[in-house]
Amino acid sequence: MAYRTDFLRRTALAGFVGLIAITASAQEQQPAAPQQPQAQAPQPLPPGSALAGRPDNPEAAKLAPVSSPPLPTPADKLPTAKLKVPPGFSVEVYAAGVGNARSLREGAKGTVFVGSRTLDKVYAITPTDHKVKVIASGLHRPNGVAFKDGTLYIAELSQISKIENIEDNLDNPAKPTVIYDDLPKDEAHGWKFISIGPDNKLYIPIGQPGNNEPRDPKHAQIRRINLDGSGAEVVAIGVRNTVGFDWSPTSKELYFTDNGRDWMSEDVPEDKLNRLTKVGEDFGVPYCYQGNISDPEFGWGHSCTDYTPPVALMGAHTATLGMRFYTGSMFPAEYKDAIFVARHGSWNRSKKLGGDVVVVKLNKDGSVKSVTPFLTGFIADNNYLGRPVDVQPLKDGSLLVSDDWNGAVYRVTYKGKAK
Amino acid sequence: MKKALLSLLAVSALAGTAYAAVPEKAEQCPACHGENGQSQTEEIPSLGGQQPAYTLIQLYMFREKLRTSERMSPIAQDLTDDDLHSLSDFIATLPKPKPPADAGDPARMAAAKGLVDKEHCNSCHGADFSGRDNIPRIANQREDYLLKTLRDYKSNKRAGYDASMAEVLNSITDTQIVELAYYVARVR
Repeated sequence: MAYRTDFLRRTALAGFVGLIAITASAQEQQPAAPQQPQAQAPQPLPPGSALAGRPDNPEAAKLAPVSSPPLPTPADKLPTAKLKVPPGFSVEVYAAGVGNARSLREGAKGTVFVGSRTLDKVYAITPTDHKVKVIASGLHRPNGVAFKDGTLYIAELSQISKIENIEDNLDNPAKPTVIYDDLPKDEAHGWKFISIGPDNKLYIPIGQPGNNEPRDPKHAQIRRINLDGSGAEVVAIGVRNTVGFDWSPTSKELYFTDNGRDWMSEDVPEDKLNRLTKVGEDFGVPYCYQGNISDPEFGWGHSCTDYTPPVALMGAHTATLGMRFYTGSMFPAEYKDAIFVARHGSWNRSKKLGGDVVVVKLNKDGSVKSVTPFLTGFIADNNYLGRPVDVQPLKDGSLLVSDDWNGAVYRVTYKGKAK
Repeated sequence: MKKALLSLLAVSALAGTAYAAVPEKAEQCPACHGENGQSQTEEIPSLGGQQPAYTLIQLYMFREKLRTSERMSPIAQDLTDDDLHSLSDFIATLPKPKPPADAGDPARMAAAKGLVDKEHCNSCHGADFSGRDNIPRIANQREDYLLKTLRDYKSNKRAGYDASMAEVLNSITDTQIVELAYYVARVR
């Protein structure tokens, strides 16, 4: 199954696309998914309402955000046997009992750090026996973790903190020290993925504080700071909610996922994979979604041609989250410098979409060649058996995948030529 | 209050098997939440018919100090994971709260219904406000508790398990909150 990179390239070049063309393309790609035009005009809501655009009909009323349970699933009840990977690969449980496991990061000594969103904890999984230890608690939505030179960086809802020499002190870690807190306190899209770039700066996303909000200078952007918290600078704007990014090992350019808005329709807008080629680029939100749809509420007076289009569309409402470039040597050569992307799975769609890990392969010029499923099987009978949040290649070349639905981390390995 | 609760705990510990079907630790609930989960106490919610996934999350949050309450926090400290399951499953079997005798002022109810419709409260809580999964039943909940809850979500004094309520309340005024609570408490 290839997503619409060809279509996207065409439309990006054409510069203008009507809604009819988009609909036609969506049908080409997913013939089974019926188009559901809004039968009734929604009642007007104030700008920025979470439910703006939601039609009053029984099918729409069935959809509501799904929260992961707080208690982790016991190891023997995890859906591992139902998960599917390409031939030659296998998937196993790396660690269970990691409540609400979200962002992943590997330390220099092989410790795996895991953030959480609905809980208050950051975990460490020890390298040899995969023991799960709580290394920080009492935090507010500590979703993001980053690691550099022995120091763990933690992103809570509205502050960034650090713990030095963390891997030498997993049993008695110091309390996190705040390095940066000039951040909004909005709950909606306030949780953060963080990562440290090749420029040695810490990148921090600030989500749009709701489903579809008017633009303001403090939200819907990516900032970067020095590792001591100084020198904050905005590097991208018009970014609704990115919960995953990484830098190309070859071009050093930043690639990041972004989640499209809710309630526009079943099939649009799609989530995006974006590429930042220069500081300050504008990715269009809330005026333009998926690179070619003018927002019905905020798009008036703006044109999608004024914003940087995505390099790939990642499916409607799929909640495309964590991503990493793969530079390891365990997987076959075709995966070299490809991007693994976790799609958490949709809620704002009648037939669930996403809930998997896909692999994005790039052309030499950094454009997208293909988007194909890699780890699937998390959806059965339109219900979640698990929900992937982040991916982390380990030094040995295997790939970890976090699942906040079950509070677990899986490991994908390649064992040889089964083809 | 605390003393009354402690003595109730002592009594229920002694009574032990008097209510075989009721989880032992549920015997302390009625002191504040009322018989059969129908609260008669100011700002204390009725529990009857509550969605088990929601109750489990709340008990978990009290235990882990993600949600604080002078009364609930100490009680929740003793709950095991199994207790969380058995208590929330048991609470779901209690009768749902009945609409109050006071049907409300018809004009005020009609205006409030317009607001409820406009804000799509039914989008997650359901057409009859009985909730689903992690989304709570709110129909005929105590008005003072609804009012307090909505205000606490809006001010972020009560951080939700997820961000949903903080998000939807962002554009709702306190005057409107008063009307939402008035309506949902009396809806029939």
